[in-house]
Amino acid sequence: MSTVHVAFSPDPAYVRTVRLVASAVAHRAGISDEVLDEVRLAIGEACTRAVALHRRHGLADLISVAMSDGGRFTVRVTDRGPAESAGKEPGETTSDIMAQVAAESGRPAMDEDVLTAGVGLALLTGLVSDLAVSAASDGIGTEIRMSWPINRRPAR
Amino acid sequence: MELSLATRSVSDHVVLEIGGEIDVYTAPRLRERLIELVGAGEKQVVVDLGRVDFLDSTGLGVLVGAHRRLRASDGALSLVCPHERLLKIFRITGLDSVFEIHRSVEDATTGGSAKTARTGA
Repeated sequence: MSTVHVAFSPDPAYVRTVRLVASAVAHRAGISDEVLDEVRLAIGEACTRAVALHRRHGLADLISVAMSDGGRFTVRVTDRGPAESAGKEPGETTSDIMAQVAAESGRPAMDEDVLTAGVGLALLTGLVSDLAVSAASDGIGTEIRMSWPINRRPAR
Repeated sequence: MELSLATRSVSDHVVLEIGGEIDVYTAPRLRERLIELVGAGEKQVVVDLGRVDFLDSTGLGVLVGAHRRLRASDGALSLVCPHERLLKIFRITGLDSVFEIHRSVEDATTGGSAKTARTGA
């Protein structure tokens, strides 16, 4: 098993950098091209969520992304922010979004950031069948763990 | 590739052609441009995603925001998206039933019969 570990400041500009690194590592681990787009999007969503959390709380701490290829391609994205409720069930979130969109202008509009977070969660749960959210191992922050089957011979 | 934004008029529509990646870093620029268009009194806005390589939840949030703003001013936002890889993102989030999604700019600006370009899962 080999691991690549990236840690980055909570700046939106670096989310793209992480996606690029993640694509390269996933490809090398043996993730097929058809799945690569989904892996890239899911890791990006997890990082975007972490960046938003750090910025909301004014935290400069690094966000950690660890990728390893033992058996499955496993990615852990860990923030250092205070635990926030994971939100509603994704299905509910999506219908909330649609209700908001359908609502006429008289109703108060859902904040765009809240809406984006809901869409992000819906994407993560829709894209990743093996997804787990838990407290970080040292108790500070939240870890999003995702894994995908490795379905071709790793590129070496 | 970074974000590129170009507008052109097609009959009574304004077409915003987006290229590159729409994510948490570039989405604020897209939001600004869409707010400008609505502020300038544009009513029929077509967002062409044909040259978009990457779209995430932040980008979707911006599109939903523009859709709401336009609706509030009696306008409409429609999308052009010929790529299955992006259409899948709209399906997963249920937003394919919120937006009018066309296969081509021509369909979007002529109100062609293919109102929503859906494909099998």
